[in-house]
Amino acid sequence: MTITSLTPGAPAASTARQVEELGLRESATFDRATIADIQRAAATGVYDIRGWGAKRKVPHFDDLLFLGASMSRYPLEGYREKCDTDVVLGDRYASKPLHLQTPVTIAGMSFGALSANAKEALGRGASEVGTSTTTGDGGMTPEERGQSKHLVYQYLPSRYGMNPDDLRKADAIEIVLGQGAKPGGGGMLLGQKITERVAGMRTLPVGIDQRSASRHPDWTGPDDLEIKIGELREITDWKTPIYVKIGASRPYYDTALAVKAGADVVVVDGMQGGTAATQQVFIENVGIPTLAAIPQAVQALQELGLHRKVQLIVSGGIRTGADVAKAMALGADAVAIGTAALIALGDNDPRYAAEYAALGSAAGYYDDFQDGRDPAGITTQDPELSSRLDPVAGGRRLANYLRVLTMEAQTIARACGKSHLHNLEPEDLVALTIEASAMARVPLAGTSWIPGAT
Amino acid sequence: MCGIAALQLRNPRLHPQMGSLLSSMMCQIVDRGPDSAGLAVYDTPGLVSKGTATLSLLGKDQGMPVGDIIAALETLLPLSAATAVRVVGDTTLVSAAVDTGLLVKAVSETLPGSTIIGRGEHVAVMKSVGHPMDIAAEHGLEAMAGSQGLSHTRMATESAVTAGGSHPFSVADDLCLVHNGSFSNHATIRRGLLRDGVVFDSDNDTEVGARYIASRLQQGDDLETALTNLGKVFDGFYTLVVTTADSMAVVRDPIACKPAIIAETADYVAMASEYRALASLPGIESARIFEPEPGKVYTWSL
Amino acid sequence: MVTLTAPENLETTLDSFTVDLDGSPVRDLNQALHNAVDGQSWTVESPGGKHSLAVGINTDIGVTINGHAGYYAAGMHQKGDVTITGNAGVGLAENIMSGRVHVKGDASQSAAATGHGGLVVIDGNAGARCGISMKGVDVVVGGNIGHMSAFMAQAGRLVVCGDAGDALGDSIYEARIYVKGTVASLGADCVEKPMEAEHLEELGGLLTAAGRTDKPADFKRYGSARNLYHFSVHNSTSY
Repeated sequence: MTITSLTPGAPAASTARQVEELGLRESATFDRATIADIQRAAATGVYDIRGWGAKRKVPHFDDLLFLGASMSRYPLEGYREKCDTDVVLGDRYASKPLHLQTPVTIAGMSFGALSANAKEALGRGASEVGTSTTTGDGGMTPEERGQSKHLVYQYLPSRYGMNPDDLRKADAIEIVLGQGAKPGGGGMLLGQKITERVAGMRTLPVGIDQRSASRHPDWTGPDDLEIKIGELREITDWKTPIYVKIGASRPYYDTALAVKAGADVVVVDGMQGGTAATQQVFIENVGIPTLAAIPQAVQALQELGLHRKVQLIVSGGIRTGADVAKAMALGADAVAIGTAALIALGDNDPRYAAEYAALGSAAGYYDDFQDGRDPAGITTQDPELSSRLDPVAGGRRLANYLRVLTMEAQTIARACGKSHLHNLEPEDLVALTIEASAMARVPLAGTSWIPGAT
Repeated sequence: MCGIAALQLRNPRLHPQMGSLLSSMMCQIVDRGPDSAGLAVYDTPGLVSKGTATLSLLGKDQGMPVGDIIAALETLLPLSAATAVRVVGDTTLVSAAVDTGLLVKAVSETLPGSTIIGRGEHVAVMKSVGHPMDIAAEHGLEAMAGSQGLSHTRMATESAVTAGGSHPFSVADDLCLVHNGSFSNHATIRRGLLRDGVVFDSDNDTEVGARYIASRLQQGDDLETALTNLGKVFDGFYTLVVTTADSMAVVRDPIACKPAIIAETADYVAMASEYRALASLPGIESARIFEPEPGKVYTWSL
Repeated sequence: MVTLTAPENLETTLDSFTVDLDGSPVRDLNQALHNAVDGQSWTVESPGGKHSLAVGINTDIGVTINGHAGYYAAGMHQKGDVTITGNAGVGLAENIMSGRVHVKGDASQSAAATGHGGLVVIDGNAGARCGISMKGVDVVVGGNIGHMSAFMAQAGRLVVCGDAGDALGDSIYEARIYVKGTVASLGADCVEKPMEAEHLEELGGLLTAAGRTDKPADFKRYGSARNLYHFSVHNSTSY
């Protein structure tokens, strides 16, 4: 959100020190952000729309720890003793599954939400390390297809730019039912970003505030989805893997239903997953944390006897190799990153501090992706701003970051005695808090207690 | 964490010495696993006999006098089966001239609290908690004849120190498996086998290996293929010895940290965790002695 | 495998093929159509309401489906010409790009959904959500259409020779709707607009292309009021 002063008569902002010296007390219920939200709503009469994902604190991977090997288990040595990281996605029905070198993939982000340079940089970075990148709500650009070795083509309710030629060019198709930031909500793209090119790709008037459908126009529910998946397989001659992406709310049922409908891969996006533009009330109050979603999705796959046969990709708040390893230990086959990838490209870089301040934000806080005025040139369609992001340099930064995530995850897997990342298992984890223990279904550290299970 | 000694006697003239040779081997690996021990012996006269199924039950006391057990089993089995029960050390052996499955069913009905630790026409399995040589002596290993013998001394890692958690794990007819090391993804593999309807007796990682091999053999793998498949699925560290009615196999994980040494002559194949266990075998000076290669499956047949 | 029947009529060329789906899987039919070359003529017998018939066509071929089709008949159609002699299920010609799809009977809901181009002709009635999210396709319906038709319609023309159901053109963008009969109700931001000469001409062309004799002057035109193009406090009751 953008902070704007709505009380001109108020004294200049106090420093934290002055506040402390005066003994001022901030309300836990009506904290400063809440007060600003109310003031903004009263002034404008429209709900706040912003980017990023849930900012509230929820139980997360930080609340889990690995049990490294010592005496009862043996660790692997680095270098010589291999710890493989590759993953095959979509070999259930598709004749051409994806074989990626790292389980860290790039989540769907649209051209429109992101600049063409940012999309190109994502493709370059992902291809350099042998992983996939994903289109978004706005079609496939030639730059993106050209730079992406493995490109996942999203099939969304809006069907902007959807066409069979691109469908046949895709390495995988991701049928999107929802995303973690807004399960049950459609896309949004505000007028500032609907330039001529974006409008052309989406068949929309230039400069309008675009709202996407929240349901698919020609199917509803798993019974129809099975037929829809059949159609997409027929069109692509059963070659292309078909993913189904859900926003985490009822992942146990949704995963089981996606599998029954015939998905090759299920993508579960937790509530910390990002968005380009959504109502803040939606982002913060709908969906469940990634940590809580994984065991439910894995349980569904296990009960169907298809765990690791129908692959599970998890996204929403993946930042480090530890997060990657924890997601995989809980049963994911791969993860996807969105927000972290944008940060790697240069989003929220302190070198733009002055410009963030001019926009009423600050480096580390900037989330007004909907406005299209991103100083880092990523979430914008403005030619001057976009040109700040060099797609080659950005791609290199992303590739570096992806390598670090992979090596960090490998480090942990080796310490747990695994010769492949996918051999990590829940029994390698303990939880630091009761909440995380109950959600992740691993014991509280130092005990054998899992609330609700033991 | 564990010691292994295994012996396959190719020359029938050595069969009478099976127990004494295995006992001498086992004596050298006690330090590796002083918690508990287990033995499997094949074709030992007095314990098993051809055409008869024998079940090995954990413990000498089954909570019922031997005579009563026989009487109860006879009501469930044909009279011609010549049902017999005998106690050897801390092990109860039940035999009858019927199919193993039928005998398992009758014993489970008669002695619902019993734990079956071995089954088949050729093998007898004995396990207990305590010093391995005391266990060997209690069972009279020294005097046993036989075609193959397998012994294991255990230092428990992540499962309980109980006789039930001791190796060998014998989960299909005449099949035994012993393990030195630690599987690092056994919980996941166990979940998969449970889904396939496999029933487990313990929370031991080695049992997962034994159940996996039994399941592969049931699906038509030969022993070598089953162990090759195990190598694709199991992660972690292991030296395994697997015996069947007529063969013995040794395999180590690709990193091969856990020790294994093999001595092969025209008369026998012997495998142990350490050379000192092989040192007193007859003709050892002219045997071919080697350490098994990482990730390679070795099999020998009688 | 596809059963190829030798043409009985001597006048048919060797470029005519018949596939009988009684005993031949849909997968083989679609594979054969994807391998087809321009100018070929295909007939599908015994369609039996099966789904995904003749989807993903990408060549200039003619396909006749003799009977009723299930979901997504002629889905993502490009270039060729598909005729269904019976009824069509949900999502007829969804996301059509070009070419022509003609249903002689009725079509279920979401006909021509998200279509980007080409012409979809339905001689009978169409169910709910006809032309939903359309992006340039032209749709001519001989009979009535159901509720929520042309929802979020972005571009293209929807012609209805009968009546339209509730909430016609809800959240419509730049698509044009022509209705000859009654409209049960208009959706948010959809309004009646005057028929100018260019509209009469456009409509006449569409009716002719669909093989219809209705008079353009008997139709009314509907389109976007463009009041919801920008988020505004004054439209809060519409969100």
